[in-house]
Amino acid sequence: MPILEVKNISKRFEDTEVIKDISFSLEKGETLSIIGSSGSGKTTLLRCLNFLETPDAGTITVNGEVIFDAADPMSRSEKGIREKRLHFGLVFQSFNIFPQYTALQNVTLAGLLLAKERPDYKARKNEIQEEIINNAKAILDSVGLSSKLDFYPHELSGGQQQRVAIARALALNPDILCFDEPTSALDPELTGEVLRVIRELAERKTTMIIVTHEMSFARQVSDNVLFLDEGVVVEYGPPEQVIGNPGEERTKQFLERYFENGNA
Amino acid sequence: MNIYIASLFEGFWLNIRLFILTLVMAIPLGLVITFGSMSKFRPLKWLVRTFVWIIRGTPLMLQLFVVLYSPGLLFGVPMKSRMTAAIVAFVVNYAAYFSEIYRGGIESIPKGQYEAGAVLGMTKSQVFFRVILLQVIKRIVPPMSNEIITLTKDTALARVIGIAEIIMSAERFTKQGLIWPLFSTGLFFLVFNGVLTLALGWLERKLDYFRV
Repeated sequence: MPILEVKNISKRFEDTEVIKDISFSLEKGETLSIIGSSGSGKTTLLRCLNFLETPDAGTITVNGEVIFDAADPMSRSEKGIREKRLHFGLVFQSFNIFPQYTALQNVTLAGLLLAKERPDYKARKNEIQEEIINNAKAILDSVGLSSKLDFYPHELSGGQQQRVAIARALALNPDILCFDEPTSALDPELTGEVLRVIRELAERKTTMIIVTHEMSFARQVSDNVLFLDEGVVVEYGPPEQVIGNPGEERTKQFLERYFENGNA
Repeated sequence: MNIYIASLFEGFWLNIRLFILTLVMAIPLGLVITFGSMSKFRPLKWLVRTFVWIIRGTPLMLQLFVVLYSPGLLFGVPMKSRMTAAIVAFVVNYAAYFSEIYRGGIESIPKGQYEAGAVLGMTKSQVFFRVILLQVIKRIVPPMSNEIITLTKDTALARVIGIAEIIMSAERFTKQGLIWPLFSTGLFFLVFNGVLTLALGWLERKLDYFRV
């Protein structure tokens, strides 16, 4: 059974249909890259999965459980959404880490708040909090930030901030970790450290969906690549095929444009 | 000379009381007005925005008279205390100004901060109180400081409805041919605002540990 099944998802903003009837599935441990030009609907698709946008049609199924069904108004209730979106983690293009908290606090904040809802919270408060903090430290260590635990965001470089954001998403142990152009806001010399972290996650079989413009990176880390154009899936398959030897004319054109612009 | 100074202190105590009571009530009331003016329910939003426009668009001096006289004129129940009328007028007036400062502060926080909180499973109120609020506070401290310093001087307006605040107290001596008490009232405001500026500067520095 796939960990994620997206079926016939559509989303329109006013008169523009941004994504049209998109379906794909994802196996546990798989890394899927979504590529396509700006405005192709990549980010909207990712935002739909994270309940930041509500699709107008379609279903989203995680581990066999339908967590969203556009036809069922119940699946849009605020309380339900809060639990269901925890299946997903999201790393934003603009990091969006919380400026008033240290790196460590950024990673522990949500976990500490969620722990309060646990039935055994009162009895084991200190133990639970300690667990969350130790887990956060271990994750920050794994993204190479063990020496920056008590640094505030403005004291960190963009690459470090993005790694805090990745650690923050990992701390809640999501089934599927999503990245929305994680290196687009970074200076070129800082993209490497972020890509390295994502590559390590792929090697450790973290289930991931990566919206990216880094074609060679997508080719290296992905199990599958999905090429989106004007809101529809044009081509889907292993990277050697979609990026290496595309079958569709639109994919070829997109990749030609991409490599012509001096990217490698 | 001591009676003059004692009288000025007595007057200034009224300014300080009006100042403190206005702040204590207008700061939270302003937040309520902000939520109204940012409401997704349009009729409420426009009602609140019209109210803010009227309050900010007319002189506080006039509002003092309206609050003092209209309960008697409209409902036949005269305002019992002039101080109450002054407090009501000041609280409403300053809450309207504060609400616009709050709104500017809240609207300046990037949408990504709300979204980051939401995807981490935080409730709307957790996002507001744990993530947004402190960033808003940091942004509004400078404009609020300005407004608060203006408030200390505005308290002198209460004399138009017969509250014997410091300038009114001093004017009595002017009528007796003594000008220095009136001029010296400025010192009271200067010292008070000096202390206030230091306190607000301290608060600003306290929030210097992060950047927004």
